[in-house]
Amino acid sequence: MNASRPDFATLTNGQAVKRSEIPVLTPEVFGQAILDGVAARQRVSALFGASSPIPGATRIYAVLADDEQNLLSAAATDIAGGEFPSLTPRCPQVHLFEREIAEQFGLRPIGHPWFKPVRYCRSWTGRDAWGRPAGQPILPAVGDFYRVEGEQVHEVAVGPVHAGVIEPGHFRFQCHGEQVFHLEIALGFQHRGVEEELIGGPNARTVHYAETLSGDATVAHATTYSHVIEALAGCQASARAQAVRGIALELERLANHIGDLGALAGDVGYLPTASFCGRIRGDFLNMTALLCGSRFGRGLIRPGGLGFDADADRMAELGRRLDAGEKDATVAIRLLWDTQSVMARFEEVGPLPRKVAAELGIVGPAARASGLERDVRRDQPSGIFCFSHIPLSTCESGDVFARAFVRWLEIQHTIGFIRDQIRSLPSGAPRVPVKALAPDSFAVALNEGWRGEVCHVALTDAQGRFARYKVVDPSFHNWPGLAYALRDQEISDFPICNKSFNLSYCGHDL
Amino acid sequence: MIATILHVLVLLLLPPLLLGVIAKTKAWFAGRVGAPFLQPYYDLAKLMRRGLVLSTTTTWVFRAGPIVTLAATLLAGLLIPMGGGDAPIAFAGDLILFAYLFGLARFFTTSAALDTGSAFEGMGSAREVTFACLSEPALFFALLVLAKISGSLTLTAMLQAPANTLSAGIAAPLVLIGIGLFIVLLAETCRIPVDDPTTHLELTMIHEAMVLDHSGPLFSMILYASAVKLLVLGTVLLHVIAPFRFGQAWLDGPLYLAEILGLAVVIGIVESVMARLQMRRVPYLLVGALLFCGFGFILLIR
Repeated sequence: MNASRPDFATLTNGQAVKRSEIPVLTPEVFGQAILDGVAARQRVSALFGASSPIPGATRIYAVLADDEQNLLSAAATDIAGGEFPSLTPRCPQVHLFEREIAEQFGLRPIGHPWFKPVRYCRSWTGRDAWGRPAGQPILPAVGDFYRVEGEQVHEVAVGPVHAGVIEPGHFRFQCHGEQVFHLEIALGFQHRGVEEELIGGPNARTVHYAETLSGDATVAHATTYSHVIEALAGCQASARAQAVRGIALELERLANHIGDLGALAGDVGYLPTASFCGRIRGDFLNMTALLCGSRFGRGLIRPGGLGFDADADRMAELGRRLDAGEKDATVAIRLLWDTQSVMARFEEVGPLPRKVAAELGIVGPAARASGLERDVRRDQPSGIFCFSHIPLSTCESGDVFARAFVRWLEIQHTIGFIRDQIRSLPSGAPRVPVKALAPDSFAVALNEGWRGEVCHVALTDAQGRFARYKVVDPSFHNWPGLAYALRDQEISDFPICNKSFNLSYCGHDL
Repeated sequence: MIATILHVLVLLLLPPLLLGVIAKTKAWFAGRVGAPFLQPYYDLAKLMRRGLVLSTTTTWVFRAGPIVTLAATLLAGLLIPMGGGDAPIAFAGDLILFAYLFGLARFFTTSAALDTGSAFEGMGSAREVTFACLSEPALFFALLVLAKISGSLTLTAMLQAPANTLSAGIAAPLVLIGIGLFIVLLAETCRIPVDDPTTHLELTMIHEAMVLDHSGPLFSMILYASAVKLLVLGTVLLHVIAPFRFGQAWLDGPLYLAEILGLAVVIGIVESVMARLQMRRVPYLLVGALLFCGFGFILLIR
């Protein structure tokens, strides 16, 4: 938080502080401070529970991002007993966070308007917020759904098994003919228990868990994890390592954005762009493979630097492939904007107004498509983005077209960025040794993955082990945005709305 | 007799090739090699050898749907002349039977879909019959134009009339119903811009949504019947837009084959260069087809 609010601890992206420096407020002051922060245009980047030194209590931490001041702020509160006052009615963006706390710690948010499980798993404390008996299995998406009553209203249930090769999720539509009144999304089928597994780390497995938090955002999550470790260990990756991390992050963005534009074209039955982008996405994935041998960037990012160094020949080859990829992508994607029948499908479909996007705390290209100027690379820069800036791409209309067009703008900016980095790649050690982690510390790292803000928060114990490792995937912020965007839309437009957000199921379910 | 045998052979054997040609054209536009021309035949053969999964909620209607649809479509194919030859079955008023054979097929397809009790299939059926309300009158107006030109109520005479009638006055109505029939053809055979036969997205499907629960031989019949429908409606369209005939069976036969394959290429091109319409815009297109055919009729009788 800024200087005017001394009740929150101020820190920057990728900074570690002693846990004792994080102020522990009363629940009332804590809640009011979050509301005040959001009213002052800050965002809730993370809100999560952890164990408390007070027996029987749960400590809830909040991390707010102040994009205008480029600062983060953190505070905590202790909740004794099984209840805490819900902020959701006055601050919709904490809605899923509060449900998550309820599910993980068995705390009941009093006054929560949509009090349902998030991932349909057992709580970590043995206390259940819904009073479900211990022996009974909890099945995903089994429970009450919001229903619209009426003679002509019908319900359509889609998933968790879909016709395409995609992740499992359940979508429940309340429809009047072709018109969607309400969409409810139930996830949790991909829940693996990663956050529980990370407690007690880091160990040999931890970096692999970080890489697979959401497979298509491997570089974003691995980089964020590395920033957390480097902050806690008090070391810094070399300038060269930071530049290569930036290149890898942007290559990941390129491959996914191009794949998304192709998939959007495919969903409206427009073949040329769909086919070409499918191939060009592979070309960009292969560029990441050129750096590290894995198309998803596995093994490239390691705490302290890089798993693989990039020699000059490799970089020159990357530059050549980038030029060829840019040419192909430009032709294929321009076709989209020049085809009237495609634009008729994209424009004015699935609008997410700016005000709603801000209230729901939407991040990434979806937020920028609604006219919100938020981009971690600019607002909370870390690594190479402190030195090299990428222009912010926004659009106003907030519809499928805007979400597609923002991707195209980002593709162009990002290719320029990578080219600059290849040209001026600094020298330096690819990897520096990482010392033991500082005990009793608190570290936050943010990165702009291709879907939006990836946030990792680590709390270490007296031995320098993770007492809690919180992961917030951008999908966690954005799923409610998709549900909102479908209101009063045609049910047959759901696939393109869904694809225009292209959210991660496993990143949400963890 | 030989002409009838040839007619039946073409009707039975040619339809899957049209699907192969469309797929190949789309692949060419997408920069891919694409599946072989004969792939649809292999697919049908593969499905025929497969087992059949029947939902316990379904009744005989579910099984009758594909059989009745295929039978009705094949019978409709016997009512129309192909190339220079006559139709194997012809009687006064057979145009009514022709139009309602498709109606019967649609009734059984949608009933079989509703029989499953699935939300998707119900949605697909609702869309199918809504759009049929608009494409059926367009077809009737087109047939009316042909009946007026030929002065006959027999499909053979009606469809051969554009080739036999040499008059400048019929050119404009024929062009109008040609456009209308092409749109009806795209809608009835579930092609882009109305439907996307290759989509996997249940919520956007029209025809595909109705056959999600069919499998094995029954699904094979559905695919085969829709290919036959493409051939039958395509042949009707060719009589209107390409009425030129040599008058020699050994020349007209190959000419017809070239024309129908050319039509498949055109459909493939249409599918390649444009996106699907939004579902609520589909009726506008079909109303357009209805107006084209209706104005064709008005132009002729004024």
